Amino acid sequence: MKKEPYITRLDIELTERCNNNCIHCYINLPDDDLCAKKKELSTDKIKEILKEAVSLDCMTIRFTGGEPLLREDFEELYVFTRKQGLKVLIFTNATLINKRLAELFSRIPPLEKIEVTVYGINKNSYEAVTGKKGSFKAAEKGIKLLLKNKIPFVVKSAVLPPNKNETDKFEKWAMAIPDMDRLPSKSMFFDLRCRRDNEIKNRFIKKLRITPEEGIGILTREKDKYIKEMKEFCSKFTRPPGDDLFSCGAGFSGCADAYGYFLPCIMLKCPDTAYDLKNGTLEDAIVNFFPKIRAMRAKNKDYLKRCAKCFLKSLCEQCPAKSWMEHGTLDTPVEYFCEIAHAQAKFLGLVKPHEKAWEVTDWKERLRNFSRNVIPAEAGIQT
Amino acid sequence: MKTRISLKNVYKPSEDVVARDIHGEFIIIPITSGIGDSDEAIFSLNEFGKAIWGELDGKKNLKEIANLLTLKFEGSDKEIETDIIGLGEELLKKKIIVKL
Ligand code: SF4
Ligand code: SF4
Repeated sequence: MKKEPYITRLDIELTERCNNNCIHCYINLPDDDLCAKKKELSTDKIKEILKEAVSLDCMTIRFTGGEPLLREDFEELYVFTRKQGLKVLIFTNATLINKRLAELFSRIPPLEKIEVTVYGINKNSYEAVTGKKGSFKAAEKGIKLLLKNKIPFVVKSAVLPPNKNETDKFEKWAMAIPDMDRLPSKSMFFDLRCRRDNEIKNRFIKKLRITPEEGIGILTREKDKYIKEMKEFCSKFTRPPGDDLFSCGAGFSGCADAYGYFLPCIMLKCPDTAYDLKNGTLEDAIVNFFPKIRAMRAKNKDYLKRCAKCFLKSLCEQCPAKSWMEHGTLDTPVEYFCEIAHAQAKFLGLVKPHEKAWEVTDWKERLRNFSRNVIPAEAGIQT
Repeated sequence: MKTRISLKNVYKPSEDVVARDIHGEFIIIPITSGIGDSDEAIFSLNEFGKAIWGELDGKKNLKEIANLLTLKFEGSDKEIETDIIGLGEELLKKKIIVKL
């Protein structure tokens, strides 16, 4: 019997600060940003949020950031969380994992595999991404400590100019890690700054973005597997979303950000969609606030002409969070993600060259044929 | 290998686990390593197990708990005792309960 409301997982962004300064990062602030540090939630307030998460039947807390291990009270929060009977999923760059922390993870296991992002296979590529001298060695040490203490973890990467020729080598190394049961995930279609706080960095991130065609090349390195996965995925496609802004899971749970705002999803930092946990509760947000956000309708003319009628919506990364990062509105189509979705759809034969997905009228039939194994002749050559 | 358990002994939940009722499912979550099976960290108890858990107060022995449960569950005294011993052995082996 399900209790209402409940959440299965809660994201907590412990800080937006990071000891690295990755060239593509959408969130990081310098580790010594005292102003940001001062605004961060107190240990007690985070514990209060954790206790409420337990009362809402939450099973897993994801600690992320910035770099979550940067918080001086990380150990205290980690132990507290585990003692509440919660599992902990940690997203980290591993550079701050020391002997003491590795032993703690061994004594009190997180019960979820730690996820470590690795920015390069050697010092040159790694530090060309992180911009921090000594970060490669620190990450290497952290990873070795995890291995030595048999802490379950997986690695993932970000495809960037300094490391993009290392993929095979990285994957070979990654697959030797005991808990890697599939190829490491890679982020490659980078987001702009989620706080819309750095125009210069945004320009730089745009330059780092690979072209949709390059992206398809990476996604389809294992072509048969990719097509099989896409068939399964596309068979679940529903219909164009109409003017519904949120056709995703935003607001069913959410993310407590570093400053005490509860966001309907970790990526969506728009102040209008954030709930102030300093004067409220997770439950109030889920029962009373987020439903109003989820009921929001798109008004942007371009969106209504395109996305609202587009059968690729489930395939496309266009969403209110991406729109906010890119344009400062919730409902403006993001051209980069539109191009990526079209490139994928062309590869799969779901749209023809030069065709716009929102103009396709026989999309139901195309999806049916695709899912039923009828791979259009173009599949695989329209990259 | 079976772990010996006796109806005369008093047991209590280990301090290294937390019991939670998630959507009506009663589960035992280990806090420290070495509890439960390595590949299945979270342990789920049925209604009978949940009732035993509720009585493991560190004062009553298993025989006394069995007597209480015969009032709540169907089955002869012997059957209830056998079930308690079976579950108790498993929980003790997994270090979810400890002997006082
Ligand atoms: S390690 Fe992660 S949070 Fe830190 S700068 Fe790099 S991408 Fe951003
Ligand atoms: S593919 Fe383009 S039109 Fe379709 S949902 Fe994405 S951004 Fe909108």
